[in-house]
Amino acid sequence: MRRAEIVTAVILGILSIYLMWKSGAPPAWDPSVPRFANIGLIEGEGPGSGFWPFWLSAIMLGCSIWIGINWARKTSPPSVSKEPFLDQYGKKMLLLVGGGLFGFLALVHVVGFYGAIFAFLIYYLRFLGRHSIKQTLTIAICVPVVSFFFFDIAMRIVLPKGYLEPLFIPLYDLFL
Amino acid sequence: MDVVYALLNGILIALEPINLGLAIIGVIVGLFVGAMPGLGSVNGVAILLPFTFVIQNFTGGATSPMIFLAAIYYGAMYGGAISSITLGIPGASTAVATTFDGRPLALSGKAHLALVTAALASFVGGTVSTLFFTGFAPILASVALSFGDPEIFALMLLAFATFVGLGGDDIPKTIFSICIGLVLATVGFDIVSGEPRLIFFEITGFTHGIRFLVLAIGVYGIGEMIWTINTSRYGNTMTTVDLRASKIWEAIKEFRHAWRGTAIGSSLGFFVGILPAAGATPGSLMSYGVAKITSNKPEEFGKGSVDGVAAPEAANNSASTGAMLPMMTLGIPGSPTTAVLLAGMVIWGLQPGPLLFTNQPDFVWPLIGSFYISNFVAVAINIAFIPIFLWMLRMPFTILAPLIFVLSLVGTFAAYQNMFDVWLMVIVGVAAFFLRILDYPVAPAVLAIVLGPIAEPKLRQSLLFSDGDFSIFFTRPIAGPITVIALILIFLPLFKYIRDRLRASKAGAA
Repeated sequence: MRRAEIVTAVILGILSIYLMWKSGAPPAWDPSVPRFANIGLIEGEGPGSGFWPFWLSAIMLGCSIWIGINWARKTSPPSVSKEPFLDQYGKKMLLLVGGGLFGFLALVHVVGFYGAIFAFLIYYLRFLGRHSIKQTLTIAICVPVVSFFFFDIAMRIVLPKGYLEPLFIPLYDLFL
Repeated sequence: MDVVYALLNGILIALEPINLGLAIIGVIVGLFVGAMPGLGSVNGVAILLPFTFVIQNFTGGATSPMIFLAAIYYGAMYGGAISSITLGIPGASTAVATTFDGRPLALSGKAHLALVTAALASFVGGTVSTLFFTGFAPILASVALSFGDPEIFALMLLAFATFVGLGGDDIPKTIFSICIGLVLATVGFDIVSGEPRLIFFEITGFTHGIRFLVLAIGVYGIGEMIWTINTSRYGNTMTTVDLRASKIWEAIKEFRHAWRGTAIGSSLGFFVGILPAAGATPGSLMSYGVAKITSNKPEEFGKGSVDGVAAPEAANNSASTGAMLPMMTLGIPGSPTTAVLLAGMVIWGLQPGPLLFTNQPDFVWPLIGSFYISNFVAVAINIAFIPIFLWMLRMPFTILAPLIFVLSLVGTFAAYQNMFDVWLMVIVGVAAFFLRILDYPVAPAVLAIVLGPIAEPKLRQSLLFSDGDFSIFFTRPIAGPITVIALILIFLPLFKYIRDRLRASKAGAA
């Protein structure tokens, strides 16, 4: 945990510097404006567009340094913790659950939300949760069906359907 | 006396079967829409606005359609707390602060207490604000107008200060969290200059900004769930839940302990609600912060304090009524939902503004009467449904977790209807999980991304007005004291730190 604390502080410090740099960028339509011209008060216009994000990012950088000092002086709980940042279970869980979520999102582009919900629930309930096939299929079928009637039919919020789009046309004809 | 007579007459009209029926249907629809992550009162009101023309044709006036939409608005405010408490995902932005303590209460087996507290605090907040509305509408509208840009910025500063000045969390991490929320709120087009800002890696998805719900659902839906899975290691059930009616009754009696949070939320929420461009979300977050800072037990906040549930819930209901005040008396909507209601009023042939109370008393007083009735209807329906909400918590966690993930993903898409936001939400969720392991508080970042888009333009307009002179925040009679209090709260932890260091060095020398 101690190493993770300082590594995170350094990453956040670099992020703060990047945000400061990015905040001072000149407008795309006028690259001749010098960088950081927008971070102060502009005559007749008040604070420039980079004023607010630049100085906030500077405070973030200051906080990152403060966190680093606390780490060096061992005054924050994570800086003295001997626990691992993520144990074996945590790493495996993150891979399975996080991987499942990113897989869900990738599937949305192929089979749409309803197909992805079905596949994700099968994966999670059957393979991670070890539920029976009957229970898994009941939930995996009911959730997309209820979602379709709530979002597409009742709320008129059309969710992406990917390559399964033709299957939904008869349902639209029937219910809309 | 005229007001009392007009109000009683209005209540009688609101109690007519058609209006009462519409209020009940509206509250149920609002509860459902409010409880669904990604959808809020604005969705319900906007989607059902066309339906009100049917009602108008049937009843022949604007009163019944408005009662229906106002009931949806009320119901959604009650409903937002349900998913915040039971699932840990804010049903709407107005219920984010309810998650801070509602969720820990649910995890400790006191979901019934959290839900009852939320319902009763919402009832008190809604009723108190309606009383304010009834008695002082024109005066309060003029007070709201006296709040210019410096005053509103000072108020936003106070909101941030309540989260910094408590000293409970790690101070640099808390400040970092607030600042990163404020910076992320600036992503997209600058509304003052029109320049694109912080478009990371020139990805076009960032041009429309990082939306509040992307951060809120990412942090509380995805991040919180991964955290719970990591710490609970898939326990059989989420929490122990007692569905007996006697437990609900006990929780109703326990509500008296939440009087402080309810009082703060009811008054502050109404006041923030009536301010132009503020609304229920800042109202609930600020009330939470003030309730925490004035509490005898601030250390309990974030771990399951009933005041931490009562304050934001009383506030969001109170603010929702407050936001109707400038809409009706000045024609200025205080929130997106009241903007839709305002549009409805214009379509129904009404003229919102200072003369509405004089020219349209047949519309105004039954509507105010319906606020009282809708509150009773909403609290009764909400408490009656609590066993059903609690039942959700009895599901095995290996069923509940994927359902929460699905709700988070679908809810984010439904809110903004683009996949970029859904991807971003998952990435934010995973990042929030890592930061949480290292004790970075994420709640201040969520607060900041709500208040940032209000605070920044107010700061810039104030400085433009004062020609870059920061003393504008100290010299005006309302902004001055608020700014000073905010700065004291911000620097309080630093003073404490220096004092402790001095004491330690003195003790060392002795």
